[in-house]
Amino acid sequence: MSLLEFLQRMIGRQAPSATLAKQRLQLVLAHDRSDLNPELLEQMRREILEVVQRYVEIDLEEVDVSLETEDRVTALVANLPIRSAKPVRRPEPSQVPPAPAAAAEEAMPEATEPSPTMEALQRAAASLPPSEENASSSGDGDSVTASQPWG
Amino acid sequence: MDAVTSAPARIILICSGKGGVGKTTLTANLGIALARQGASTIVLDADFGLRNLDLLLGLENRIVFTAQEVLAGSCRLEQALVKHKQEPKLALLPAGNPRMLEWLTPDDMKKIVGLLAERADYVLIDCPAGIEEGFRNAAAAAREAIVITTPEVSAVRDADRVIGLLNIQGVKPVQLVLNRVRPRMMANQEMLAVDDVTDILALPLLGLVLEDEQVIVSTNRGEPLTLNGAASPAAQAYQNIARRLQGEDVALIDPSKERQGLRATIKRIITKKLF
Repeated sequence: MSLLEFLQRMIGRQAPSATLAKQRLQLVLAHDRSDLNPELLEQMRREILEVVQRYVEIDLEEVDVSLETEDRVTALVANLPIRSAKPVRRPEPSQVPPAPAAAAEEAMPEATEPSPTMEALQRAAASLPPSEENASSSGDGDSVTASQPWG
Repeated sequence: MDAVTSAPARIILICSGKGGVGKTTLTANLGIALARQGASTIVLDADFGLRNLDLLLGLENRIVFTAQEVLAGSCRLEQALVKHKQEPKLALLPAGNPRMLEWLTPDDMKKIVGLLAERADYVLIDCPAGIEEGFRNAAAAAREAIVITTPEVSAVRDADRVIGLLNIQGVKPVQLVLNRVRPRMMANQEMLAVDDVTDILALPLLGLVLEDEQVIVSTNRGEPLTLNGAASPAAQAYQNIARRLQGEDVALIDPSKERQGLRATIKRIITKKLF
């Protein structure tokens, strides 16, 4: 935080508009580039939560599923803080989703060494079009992050 | 035009997505600057709906034939090309009737541009605004592109759409010109910073053009700023862009070093990151 931001916060004034412009642009471009409208994103968010909740208990207050973009690559980033590391219950066989067609296309280094103490980043794929569905679940990490870049 | 050159012509699309950000002004000034630097250059007005390149170059009264007659075969290309009086290495191929939009195809554009490329070192295509038919036709004929934008959210967003389409069409390299930069607003953080725009669009920066009243004066006269080697900030920027295109290593200006008022200096101090 800069002195200006601190002072502005004290007197309740708005931050310089350039920062706001950049944030708004990054958000709108992430959506433009992925061609995902907010309703689809919301639907996807619900379904991702549904799947993850079968395995672990999630802190629903802190859940954040959003599109982020960097270097013209857009990624779906899901930050799902896990309340209890141990699985809530085993899923009924009928509820088990079809086995993933393949492991995530790219090997994600973050996913290789999940440890109970460190935050395991598990990247489950959600590539477009949705028919190419990939999924994998995390070990006993504290958080689950799903990310799949698309152009 | 000059004799056929040995190296293949550079065919450069100048586009922006959004209208009014400076495509035509850049095309006119870059065309003159390249010609003054010794490169034979043809500028093609591909904005058939709302043509203006002739006006900015001061050639509006000298048009006899257009791209339309060339395509129809009712005139030779040489008859349609309008040579610039003061800068004979530059020629304009004017846009035809807006009704051309109804039948023009990407192949037509390729054909015209192919003819022009045989006669020049540089072919600059002034692209229409938007991302529809007119843009697609123009992009089909281009090998590389310059995307011009201003540090405003709408212009940057539209530029991003255009860059995505250029990627799909396989046009490259694509370089960025940031136009109408106001150093004081940037210093006050009330305008997107240069780095913000290049980060977001992920393109190499070919040039920065400062906001400059002389641009309007020059369009009033139909004499691009680069024509007389004017020393105004925008004229310098356009000349530098031309030199960089030719492969010369010319340093970019630093907006934060331009015209720093007391207010900007104070602002810089109090906006420094403390923690």
